[in-house]
This record gives sequence, C-alpha cells and structure tokens, in this order.
Amino acid sequence: MKIQEYQAASLLNNYGIETVPGELVDSPEKAAAIGLKLGGRVVVKAQVLVGGRGKAGGIRVTHSPGETEKAVREILAMTIKGIPVKKVWIAQAVEIQQEYYLGIAVDRTAKKVIFMASAAGGVEIEELAVKEPEKIHKLHVDPLKGPDEAGLRAMAGTVFGGGPLSEKAYEIMSHMYRLFMEKDCSLVEINPCVRTKAGKLVAVDSKVDFDDNALFKHPDIAGLENPEEHSRDEIAAHDAGLSFVSMDGNIGCIVNGAGLAMATMDVIKLLGGEPANFLDVGGSSNPKKVLYALQIILSNPKVRAILINIFGGITRCDDIANGILIAKNELDITVPLVIRLIGTNEKAGKGILTRAGFVVAEEMTEAVRKVVGAV
Amino acid sequence: MSILVNENTKVLIQGITGRDGSFHALSMLDYGTKVVGGVTPGKGGQKVGTLPVFNTAREALKEVEANCSVIYVPAKFASAAIREAADCGIALILCITEGVPVLEMVENYHYIKSKGLRLIGANCPGVISPGKSKVGIMPAHIHTPGNIGVISRSGTLTYEVVYNLTRRKMGQSTCVGIGGDAVVGTGFVDLLALFEKDPGTDAIALIGEIGGEEEELTAEYIRAHVKKPVVAFISGRSAPPGKRMGHAGAIISGGKGTAEAKIKAFRSAGVQVADRPDEIPKLLQGVLKQ
Repeated sequence: MKIQEYQAASLLNNYGIETVPGELVDSPEKAAAIGLKLGGRVVVKAQVLVGGRGKAGGIRVTHSPGETEKAVREILAMTIKGIPVKKVWIAQAVEIQQEYYLGIAVDRTAKKVIFMASAAGGVEIEELAVKEPEKIHKLHVDPLKGPDEAGLRAMAGTVFGGGPLSEKAYEIMSHMYRLFMEKDCSLVEINPCVRTKAGKLVAVDSKVDFDDNALFKHPDIAGLENPEEHSRDEIAAHDAGLSFVSMDGNIGCIVNGAGLAMATMDVIKLLGGEPANFLDVGGSSNPKKVLYALQIILSNPKVRAILINIFGGITRCDDIANGILIAKNELDITVPLVIRLIGTNEKAGKGILTRAGFVVAEEMTEAVRKVVGAV
Repeated sequence: MSILVNENTKVLIQGITGRDGSFHALSMLDYGTKVVGGVTPGKGGQKVGTLPVFNTAREALKEVEANCSVIYVPAKFASAAIREAADCGIALILCITEGVPVLEMVENYHYIKSKGLRLIGANCPGVISPGKSKVGIMPAHIHTPGNIGVISRSGTLTYEVVYNLTRRKMGQSTCVGIGGDAVVGTGFVDLLALFEKDPGTDAIALIGEIGGEEEELTAEYIRAHVKKPVVAFISGRSAPPGKRMGHAGAIISGGKGTAEAKIKAFRSAGVQVADRPDEIPKLLQGVLKQ
C-alpha cells in the first residue's frame, strides 16, 4: 500500500525526523493565508500516488500569497497520469545547500533489509542506480542480529562527510529503520534529504510504502489508505477479496492464480484481443467470489465478452461451477461467456455446468481463441 | 529419480483440521504419499480420516517419524508454524499459506538457513514427484512420471504447463512451485542445481513472471553452471507497471522486473522462451533431440 507524501511526512515526524512545515488543502480558498503563514515562499505539491508529478507540472515554487492561491487552483484542476488531483500540500520552501538520498527497502535477492544512502540526492534513485551505481552506498541488515550500528555510522560518515552532520544522518536512518520494522514497510525513502543553510538535515520529500500482507497488524496504517486513487472496480474487487487491476481492453477475465491470470492476459493479447482486466479469484473457493467477479466485470461498459479460466488446485472446480450458476440466476449476463474449467474436482464441476447448458472448454488456448473471436 | 520428495518422504501436516488442510491431507494419502499425521493446536487426539492429530509438532514427532512438513495454517500463524517445524529439525518444510508478511519471511529464511534446513514457499502449491509423492495442493491427476523437471513462481500456471506436458506424453521427474512472494525459502538457482545433479531429470521447464531479478540471476547461473537444457515461459508481458499483479512479488517498479528484460536475459543465456504455456512441450522436444 502506498500513502501520500503529506501522510509519509507526518509518519516520519512521529518517528522523530524533521520534516518541512506545511498544510494540506482541498480548495484554493485558504491557500493565500497558509502561504503567508509559512513565510511567503512555498512549494505547492499535488498529492497523487504516481511518479513524475514535477514533470507533469504538479509541483510549483511560489513567491507570494497570490501566486500560491493561483498555483493551488491550477493544480487542483489537473489530472496527472489519469488521476484527478484532489489534495494539495503547501510546504515551506527550504534553502538548499545539498540534497542527499536515504532509503530502506527489502533486497529480494539477498533476502535482507537494506540501507541505501547517497550524496547525489534529488534525482530518481533508479536512474542513479543505472547511471552512477557507485554513488549509492548500501548496507545489509543481518535479520537475526539487527543492524550493524558501527557499519551504519561508517556509511553515514562516508556519505555526509563526517562530523555532527553524519551523526544526525545516522540518527535519521535509525529512526527510519524503526518505522520500517515497526510498521512492516516495504519502502521508507527520504529524497531529497536536505542540508539547509542553517546546517540542519530536513526530509523535504519522502515516500513510505507498506506490505499489504502485514496490514492486518497495523489498523492505524490501513486507515491511511487513499481509496480515491483506485478505480471504482478496483475498490469493489478489493472489498470482495479479489485481486483486480483495470486494463483498457474489452475482454473481461476471471482466473484463479496470479501467474495464470497474467498468462491468460498475455495469450489474449498474443491472439489479437485486448484484456479488460486482471482478476485473480484467489485460492480457497467461495462460490460467491465468482458472482462478485462477474458483477464487477459486467459493470464495465467496455466489456464485450468474458473468459473464465480456472485450473483447480486449492480452488475446486465444483465450487466455481456453483458460483457460475448463482451468477447466472442473479445477473443479467448479456455478453458471451467462455468457460475453461479443469483440475481439482473437474468432473463434478463440468457436470454441474453441462447440465445447466454451458459449454466447457478443455484447453486454454482454445478458450482464448473462442473469446477473442466472440468480441 | 527425482528431487526433494520421493517414496521415502514422511509428511507431517500442520493445520490438518482446516477445510483445505483436511481435504489435501486425504488427497495426498490417496496419491500414495506417506502422510504420518497432522498438527492443530487444541485438537490433539482427534483424527482426520485415519490420520492422528497432535497439539504440537514436537508431540507428533514423539509418536510418528517425519522428514517433511507441509503448512496450511492461516497467514497470521504461518511463521510460528515454520519456526516450530524448524525447531523440531524437520529437513524439508513447505508453506502453502498465502499472505505471510515479507519481514517475517526475511527472518524465517535466515532462521531456517542457520539450521541447515530447507523451506519451500510461502504462497506456493508444494512439490510433487509423480508416481512417488505429492506434498501440496496440486491436482495429482494431471501429472505423469517422466524426465522433465518443472519449477515455477506460480501455482496454477505450473498446472497449466504440466497439463500440456502430460498431454504430449512428456512425464515429469519433480514439479516445484517456489511461491509468488517477494521473499521465498528456495529459489530457481537452488533447484536448478538439484535438477542438474538428478539422473532422473533430462531437461527443465522454468516458469517465471514479472517482478524482482530472480529470472535474470537465474539466466546467469544457467549460462555458467547448467548443462541440461532449460526452456522458459515468463508471464506478465501485458502487465502495466506499478501495479501489483496478485502475487506480492509480481510488480514492475522503477522500470525493473519487466517481462522483456527477463526474456532477453534467458535468450542471451541460450534458454528458449515460449510465447504461450502450451508451446513448452514443443520447445522441450526440440532441445532434447539435439
């Protein structure tokens, strides 16, 4: 789960890290007054969960209350990468001496938490990693012993040039680590972490992502979710316990298992069709999940045909078949439905569907050809 | 021959009384797997079919002998179950459970490694050596004994590939689902090393997906260390960046983990990559003839 920059700043603040003072607005009315209160020169930032806000014009520096109000009005009218801007963060402008990068993530390859720090902050870390990887300093955390404090101090010393600034950076990284571990984060990033003219280190922009699998432990974090960032379908699917991603095409897909669901979309494209969505009904098969899945897909007016591709393992074909029957009775299915059903309890599942007049395909490619042909 | 599990594998089932645990306990028994019993805290003394249920793994091991454990407990309790099996010294631990937090998996991975044991998963379908032993949730009837090793990050997509192999009369030595999470107990490289040494395996089908760098690193390993032919399929070519595609590990972020990069890495290591899952048998037949 991702959260907005202003939410991340407030979390960092709770963990003892200095951030830039600012206020959130959803309309331009109070913008001028807030701008004045923050000292006149401020940064107006669109709060949307996509990269490239700056390039899209969603981040602007303003120098007077009037300019601030105008910038807020204009940014609130923007749509960035398909997401309408609903909130704007007005932050005090900071006098920048140098920009640094600080980050903590999970290194999937080493299977360890990793600290990353660089004196070349302010740019995308992925870009830096490709162009100048030697400028990113890294330190793994021993999962059974915890972070190596001497190693972390040494890294801070190298990146921040020693002295009190390095000690401050070490403290910030320790706070970030505490946040990372306590709240099951998948990323805690301060970029840029700015050295000001006054010699302080301040988190000017930050990103905090969380492990969805651990949200059950952290109701406070789960409450930070920004539902407006998802399509209506995605929210409905999430509430029904389905894994769903909207796409642009016209073939609705219901599949069990993420790998097979992706492969189904790939084969649809390969054979000339366009998938309308990714949908994984998940493992254990509550028949009602098929009903919810069909409801969500049918609510998309673009959908002209639907493919159900089930390979039962932990999911049982008879449960899926019963779900399809419930859906047939409760929904008005007006588009062609192609079903492929195989695996655990397939005989029972196929029997249920055949008796109800459905044709069940055996092979995936055959089923995909059929649904692409039906559009 | 086979890897990981065979006719001598004696399986304990953690979470045996749940809907899935009990169903798959009986289906493993049906297949001929040597299931020795199960564990559910508070339900010791009950039975699932003919199988005895114990309160803890330690209690179970006083009564029965096991060298493998398969875990079906809910995500909240999965790490405790993994640790419990490890503390009993069970050599091979498979975790089927989906949704285990990644920081717990980081700890579990290193804990198991420090004890010299092996973990498969979490969020995986398990392991089957057709005709010998099935430990997991895969539909047994689509498998047939043979000389192809199968390894995959996805459960149902593994079934898809196995189904196509069996239809083309290409049997399998062992099929392993490594799990779809960002951090799993055993990766492609470990398994390729086992298959390379296994005299019962002549070629390997590898099924990867978007996210992470596992496939790229595996391609490098194959180039340097694997003499047996490998063919691959990568799912997620049509996946949009920045969206988690079901699996916790399946996400393209910061331009990394794309299907294109993985396909390119495999091809440059001499691994043929199928466009569709049902093309894998044909590619395997080709490389086996050479």
